[in-house]
Amino acid sequence: MKKDVHGGIIMPKIYIDNKEYEVKDGKSLLETSLTLGLNLPYFCWHPKLGSVGACRQCAVKSFKDADDKKGKIVMACMEPIKDGMHVSIKDHEARKFRAEVSESLMTNHPHDCPTCDEGGECHLQDMTIMTGHTYRRFKFNKRTFENQYLGPLVNHEMNRCIACYRCVRFYKDYAGGKDLEVLGAHNYVYFGRHEDGVLESEFSGNLVEVCPTGVFTDKTLKKHFTRKWDYTSAPSVCNLCSLGCNTIAGERYGKIRRIRTRYNKEVNGYFLCDRGRYGYEYTNSSKRILTPLIKDAQSEAGFKQFDVQEVQSNLKTILSGSQNVIGIGSGRTSLESNYALRTFVGADNFYLGMSNTDYELNHIAAEILKKSSAEKYSLNDIENTECVLILGEDITNTAPMLSLAVRQSVRQKPMHRIDKLKINRWDDKTVRDALQQEKGPFFNITPAKTKLDELALINLHTDPEGIGEFGFAIAHFMDSTNALPENISKEYSEMAKTIAKTLMEAESSAIISGTSSLNGNILKAAFNISEACAKQGKKTGICLTFQEANSLGLTLLGGRKLSNIGKDESHHDSLIILENDLYRKAPEQEIDQTLKSFKNIIAIDSLMNSTTRKADYLLPAGTIYESDGHLVNNEGRVQRFYKVFVKEEGEVRSGQEWVQMLSENIDTDPLAGLKNIFDYCKAIEKEYDIFKGLADNVIPLNFREGAQKVAREPHRYSGRTAMHANKTMDEPTPPIDKESPMSFSMEGFHGTPPAPLTPFFWSPGWNSVQSINKFQIEIGGELRREIPQLSVLNKDSKNLSKEYYKMDLSDSKHRNDKSEWKVLPLYHIFGSDEISIVEGGIKELVPLPYIGINPKSAKKMEWKESTLVKPAGEEINKGIQLKFLDGIPEDCIGIPLGLKKMPFVELEAWQSLHVWEKSKDKD
Amino acid sequence: METPLTKNIIKGKTIDLKIYEKSGGYQGLRKAMSKNPEDITSIVKESGLKGRGGAGFNTGQKWSFVPMGKDAPKEKYLIANADEMEPGTFKDRLLLEGDPHQLIEGMIIASYAIQASNAFIFMRWTYQNSADQIRKAIAEAHEAGYLGRNILNTGFDLDIHLHVSAGRYICGEETALLNALEGKRAIPRSKPPFPQVSGLFGKPTIVNNVETLCNLPHIIDKGKEWYKSLSITDEGGTKLYGVSGRVKKPGCWELPLGTTMREIIEEHAGGMLDGYKFRGALPGGASTDFLIEEHMDTVMDYSSAMKAGSRLGTGTLVILDDKTCPVGFVHNLEKFFAHESCGWCTPCRDGLPWVEKVLNAIENGEGVEKDMKILEFHTSYLSPGHTYCALAPGAMEPLQSALKYFREDFMKHINEKRCPWRNNYA
Repeated sequence: MKKDVHGGIIMPKIYIDNKEYEVKDGKSLLETSLTLGLNLPYFCWHPKLGSVGACRQCAVKSFKDADDKKGKIVMACMEPIKDGMHVSIKDHEARKFRAEVSESLMTNHPHDCPTCDEGGECHLQDMTIMTGHTYRRFKFNKRTFENQYLGPLVNHEMNRCIACYRCVRFYKDYAGGKDLEVLGAHNYVYFGRHEDGVLESEFSGNLVEVCPTGVFTDKTLKKHFTRKWDYTSAPSVCNLCSLGCNTIAGERYGKIRRIRTRYNKEVNGYFLCDRGRYGYEYTNSSKRILTPLIKDAQSEAGFKQFDVQEVQSNLKTILSGSQNVIGIGSGRTSLESNYALRTFVGADNFYLGMSNTDYELNHIAAEILKKSSAEKYSLNDIENTECVLILGEDITNTAPMLSLAVRQSVRQKPMHRIDKLKINRWDDKTVRDALQQEKGPFFNITPAKTKLDELALINLHTDPEGIGEFGFAIAHFMDSTNALPENISKEYSEMAKTIAKTLMEAESSAIISGTSSLNGNILKAAFNISEACAKQGKKTGICLTFQEANSLGLTLLGGRKLSNIGKDESHHDSLIILENDLYRKAPEQEIDQTLKSFKNIIAIDSLMNSTTRKADYLLPAGTIYESDGHLVNNEGRVQRFYKVFVKEEGEVRSGQEWVQMLSENIDTDPLAGLKNIFDYCKAIEKEYDIFKGLADNVIPLNFREGAQKVAREPHRYSGRTAMHANKTMDEPTPPIDKESPMSFSMEGFHGTPPAPLTPFFWSPGWNSVQSINKFQIEIGGELRREIPQLSVLNKDSKNLSKEYYKMDLSDSKHRNDKSEWKVLPLYHIFGSDEISIVEGGIKELVPLPYIGINPKSAKKMEWKESTLVKPAGEEINKGIQLKFLDGIPEDCIGIPLGLKKMPFVELEAWQSLHVWEKSKDKD
Repeated sequence: METPLTKNIIKGKTIDLKIYEKSGGYQGLRKAMSKNPEDITSIVKESGLKGRGGAGFNTGQKWSFVPMGKDAPKEKYLIANADEMEPGTFKDRLLLEGDPHQLIEGMIIASYAIQASNAFIFMRWTYQNSADQIRKAIAEAHEAGYLGRNILNTGFDLDIHLHVSAGRYICGEETALLNALEGKRAIPRSKPPFPQVSGLFGKPTIVNNVETLCNLPHIIDKGKEWYKSLSITDEGGTKLYGVSGRVKKPGCWELPLGTTMREIIEEHAGGMLDGYKFRGALPGGASTDFLIEEHMDTVMDYSSAMKAGSRLGTGTLVILDDKTCPVGFVHNLEKFFAHESCGWCTPCRDGLPWVEKVLNAIENGEGVEKDMKILEFHTSYLSPGHTYCALAPGAMEPLQSALKYFREDFMKHINEKRCPWRNNYA
């Protein structure tokens, strides 16, 4: 970057079609042109994947100087910005060439837009129109391909391919996938797997958005297909892990049809993981609770319907008659719903619906995040960090998008060499050819092998206690005021020394940890390490992940431990369970016991599960797409999700609305005066210092663009006069949104609204997801009209004690007898989360229950993979399969959490296994 | 007339180390290793040696971009491009099969000049005999101490590895070759950075043609002035010229650079076969423009061939005679090029098959006048700078010149709805 005499940055001046522009240095001409709002077609370039110069679509004319009239054709994506450069987009030869490129791209394209899922939001359509190619001269037969089965999430239609190579560049180069390749040559290049099969990458769904045409499309959408212009959509937030990726959900005819990425520079950028993209199908499940239900022993389902008036009168009697009402909150629902329940039952009667271990760990994690001197790193920060240490988290499965960020971070340090070679960092193919396998320092300390092992300089797999110890050893070598754990081996100690040294020397570092290893020492070690780094004045960040989307928010609201229910003297008879399957949070017998102690159980939830089945009263909660509220993500970022549509079917309301209704019912009405989200936010920030600023983040209900609300439906929305014709000939008035300045119709503002209110990305001539370019201040930068998000942890932490944690040795349980195995928790992107696995594509991908074991230990036991086992003390009617996992320590077994029929696990746990049935395998 | 490159070569035989050494072999290497690496580069630069693979870039100058000295990367590579897949080209094969040690000596000199840590021979897969001879020669050179650790007690280490290609035309492209050698898809790389700075496995790399490398021992042994004096024109050295087609004696000869096309065809190739007339020639392989009768006296060096509207290329002429259909001839070439496109950039991947289909239609009597427009359109659409590498622009060279010189023949196909050269109506 050039600087003037005062040290100010000199912006290069460039001339595009004789107009002068001041632009940023270090970018490509294509990126710059798009930032300037100029329309220049492209295919192989992607804002996150950089330039490769393959498609030749972004050709422009480059001139030597102002006097050069002839010029030459260059590709804008491969042209670095140079001060004083003269180029022309409008030049006749350049335009002609761009149209010619379109013409040849289209020679083999099937022109099946009317039956193609991409039609109407197709980058190929947009770009073809932009280049002006209209008349087809190619008169020969088109080539055809056979398509592949790629699993339940992504559909494959190779004939539409224009060979932009973006799919493999994303899948392999960016996301580290191994099973999507470009095969063949010349105009028979084939983008697919070596054979039919489920795509292995956790990020395969992004192919749908990365592909500029209809080769890779959303297979779950196919089941209930809708054109882009026919969705009612709203900005939402993924609630399937703690990262809080931003999404856009689209609805039609009362069903959520699909999820798309909502760009957020700091969080998920341009991508989503497959759990986040496809984990919506539960919303359309037949297991949905749609009307209030009351326990009915006579009926087959165990429940009978009752209407809202009955609910009100019945529950009024119950709740008014109760001496004490207990409430259990939920880590997967909004701050507002939890706050409503907490306020309604009173702080002393509010329990956080977390397992006891999770409760402890979330409090440690929250404390760490509050007081840490290190920055609270976003995914974007992690991506740009040179040295990463993971302690105890299999992030590929617990926070998948975080692993995508780590995959980019290992490229940061080698980039210095790229700068030295004078290669532009955006020149992607050249960068990769130059760097080859070179990686920056990344250390991966986890219980079992993970997908990120392939990137790490050091991998260490040991039990959670061992990871904690190892973490403390690293902290010791960074700052010797931390004691070195006594029992640590020489080998581990050397390894810890190396890691400590590398962290201290790194220009920037990130410490990633979390609660999934169910061990507090791991979190404490992560704090000590990041603190030691930060004390050196190094750029350091900490990133902790949680079990649920709002675990941190719920922890900050505060409440009691689940196991304390019924432990005190006071008598209580009614229990309200908010969106929570308690059987996932404690052993079955314990929950049975707890539930039995209540006379009346009211459950508010959207799906039937083990807990709701035990309820006396069931109130149908809206899913995240049918509700409004805020979630606090793992870095403390408070993010608003908006109601996508009003469910006409049944009596669905958000958890907060149900609690409010219960409250209105009784005389004291603790929630009196709270009418909407804004009121709730006001009340929350009044009660909690940490949430100060929450209400300011709410875009007021009376906000208008001109005089208009922001329309949830595009101006091309079709069928509105006919879609209700089965019920009424009049077009019904659309529902009124009481929570946001958005309309549930096509009436309203269609331009660029304040960023958090963006219901969909569209711009004239840009119908595909690429229209995001038009919503950004600069390519890859912040959205236009962004409103800074509230981060509750970025408060002043100076006054808080930064004292290092000491290793906690108190809880160490010991093996009862030699036959016991130490339990390791294992996680699955498809399987460990509660709601995404209920229906559809993801349900198909959930692994069968298994118990992971090191093949060496299995051999000692004379067990094979076909051996069926039974955990002692569990009542199961079928044996569980063993699965050989190399990385697992030899005295441990891995229990995949969340999978059906797997026992509940709280650490430190020891488990004996019995053989269920001797293997019939004779060899 | 001196023929340093081929003086040892006897038809049907391969020169072994003993004979090679007897005829002065490895003297150049000994001299080279007594000099500074940088001096070798200057000598080669000043000798005027130009890349014999077709591009004609000054070899010494190419080397001079390789980072040298203490701060340079430890790993550097030299690669002999023996992937001779240009249709009509068979000059490197003569050198590989006839005198493999000459190449190895040249490679050691080049490696020493750029201080390469390893060297590779990237061999066309059909050249099985060449591969066998090279394998033997590498073993002999190792045995004699010309390869391995501490070569000729100078402290310089080098190994040469033979890699037999999977067999795609694009692998001969300098940067696609690097990808192929790394085990990746043979797709060209963009320049800059040039391989001299970031090449094989991201390290500084020189890729030289076999014939280019074979010149080195002689230049070092006998000096740049001697080398310059070998050519007729001022471009220096000798050149392996070849002729294929309906001539009396098709073959390959080492002649002073700057010999005329007439001399090559009429004297060395013995002129056209009886009953056949010369109509044109691709002077340097399939990806060069036709030259016709009026160019017969063109001097076959880099600058003169360019002036005549073509390129010296590999220096091996493919002759078109009057009994061969020029449309069929060009169609055959374009079919090859369309098939050999790597599929990376749009104009080449989708343009060449279109050209091939149009030519096929014309050849089969199904062409229409508009097709001429489609062909012409592609000659400008696939011009240099429009495509990622030089494959498609090269493929357009025979087509654009055929459209210029044999236009009537194309029109005859279209008007008569048949190929006039075919006896049977298809």
